[in-house]
Amino acid sequence: MTDYNFAYLDEQTKRMIRRALLKALAIPGYQVPFASREMPMPYGWGTGGVQVTASVLTPEDRLKVIDQGADDTTNAVSIRKFFEKTAQVATTTRTTEATVIQTRHRIPETPLGEDQILVYQVPIPEPLRFLEPRETETRRMHALEEYGLMHVKLYEDIARHGAIATAYAYPVKVAGRYVMDPSPIPKFDNPKLSDCPAIQLFGAGREQRIYALPPYTDVVSLDFEDHPFEASKAPHACALCGSGDSYLDEIVTDDAGGRMFLCSDTDYCESRHERGAA
Amino acid sequence: MYVATKGGERAIDNAHAWLAEERRGDTDIPELGVAQIREQLALSVNRVMAEGSLYDRDLAALAIKQSRGDLIEAAFLIRAYRTTLPRFGSSLPVDTGTMACDRRISATFKDLPGGQVLGPTFDYTHRLIDFALAAEGGVPDAPVAAPDPAPKPRVADVIGREGMIEDNPRDDTTPPDLTRAPLEFPANRALRLQALTRSDEGFTLGMAYSTQRGYGRTHPFVGELRIGRVAVGMEVPELGFAIEIGEVELTECETVNQFKGSKTEPAQFTRGYGLVFGQSERKAISMSLVDRALRWAELGEDNVGAPAQDTEFVLSHGDNIQATGFLEHIKLPHYVDFQSELELVRKLRREAGVVDTREAAE
Repeated sequence: MTDYNFAYLDEQTKRMIRRALLKALAIPGYQVPFASREMPMPYGWGTGGVQVTASVLTPEDRLKVIDQGADDTTNAVSIRKFFEKTAQVATTTRTTEATVIQTRHRIPETPLGEDQILVYQVPIPEPLRFLEPRETETRRMHALEEYGLMHVKLYEDIARHGAIATAYAYPVKVAGRYVMDPSPIPKFDNPKLSDCPAIQLFGAGREQRIYALPPYTDVVSLDFEDHPFEASKAPHACALCGSGDSYLDEIVTDDAGGRMFLCSDTDYCESRHERGAA
Repeated sequence: MYVATKGGERAIDNAHAWLAEERRGDTDIPELGVAQIREQLALSVNRVMAEGSLYDRDLAALAIKQSRGDLIEAAFLIRAYRTTLPRFGSSLPVDTGTMACDRRISATFKDLPGGQVLGPTFDYTHRLIDFALAAEGGVPDAPVAAPDPAPKPRVADVIGREGMIEDNPRDDTTPPDLTRAPLEFPANRALRLQALTRSDEGFTLGMAYSTQRGYGRTHPFVGELRIGRVAVGMEVPELGFAIEIGEVELTECETVNQFKGSKTEPAQFTRGYGLVFGQSERKAISMSLVDRALRWAELGEDNVGAPAQDTEFVLSHGDNIQATGFLEHIKLPHYVDFQSELELVRKLRREAGVVDTREAAE
């Protein structure tokens, strides 16, 4: 792959993306339009995250890529290989050893540090999209901080179901200003967004948007006083490492209703195993 | 029992190897050459060039071979390649009035300067399977006439001389570039046309067809459809003048639409415009209808709420590379999201008093 620049993108494109990232960091939670490029993987496969990662990577970095919390899911493998090939950077599956982590749908269980960047792949960056399909309208709503529609939606959930019926991509308010889609992470992960020492960057390639959370940003999951936000997970412990407070995947083991629960964060699970926790 | 989450890397490698074998097919059958695709599947090549936004017949043919004939996949290969190419500069606007036409027809005038030239068209073929084609063999030469040197002025310009059609003044402002800046609304006509020319042919056709059937009715005639080669010129700073750097084949369609006038505009004919790489008639005509439908606001027409009148709807959903990516991504793992939904649905069912059959059995 010597025909391509370091980390695939040309320097002009990286500069354009870095400018968008700086703007995004300056206005936490605000969606910055950027001239997303066609990447050699399809839209929907993480092209936004890949472009952000390509723009922040340096040759000294150590990259970790996860999908559904796991390093060995096919798309995580594919994206990791892409950067091994185009940037020749070191890679790792260890959360603690990584300087840049690209993720789809999870935040690692292991707390992140100040020397780390977490890059999220985002399908639909607009938290108001399913309430109002028009971009021209939603941009105006954000500008006017007009979030009544979102509160009405959450209220209607409670009126209809007795609970807020959003299990993932649960909307948050950032630094008291912008309502933001945290990408389709389970709401279990929402508390980790707030006051996080790491830089959190969000890339939506097809929708051409970048947004960010600078370190230690206040992030609040939307709720009501009498219906407080609840970070839920399956009420079980991991069958492998015994962890009672990590997010779990449900594995169907037979066709007679048998199932087991395992940590979705494979590095977290393995690390506990090695330390003999189980 | 532990699930097989390990081994993703080997699975991917093996899947790719199998794919390569499937692409080749039965090795007793001779392999398809890129030149064969370029010459004999030229309309596929044209579509891939148009939707891939890159004029290179050989590359498009190679992409078709690599994608096993999946034209959206081929256009995607072209786009992904295109985005890595350095931008040396911009060409001058092409002058389609000087096009060397293979085909030039007008539905509005029986005869016109330069004449009607039917060209290589399916239009009047009877759609009967030609079993003779199954046997390979030579094709008799088509009759040849000397090229007609008469100029072929654009029909809209002919009508324009009478003031019967809306004026289309020359505009030298640099148009926005869809491939270098994010698509933002409102989008001006230049940007809309850019998006439409690389939009999915099927989507554009469907949108155009809907306007004909009454969803935002326009009443278009093909003022002119012309297909042929035009020279591409470029100003080279070191030289200080423009030189010709090559030529491209284009299909241009200008529709003429009846227009009774509005509060702001007098009664006159209005225009819809389509321009596409290669011989791509269906696409060019579709594009010109959709272009015209999207112009309702500037012409002071009513928005009747038709999909083809909605710029944001049309431009946000016409790109098949974006559409197919997002559509197909739902086959990627979503264990985590599904799990959270599962817990939520269980919780809601518990609260509604539904007894889980499995838990009850335990």
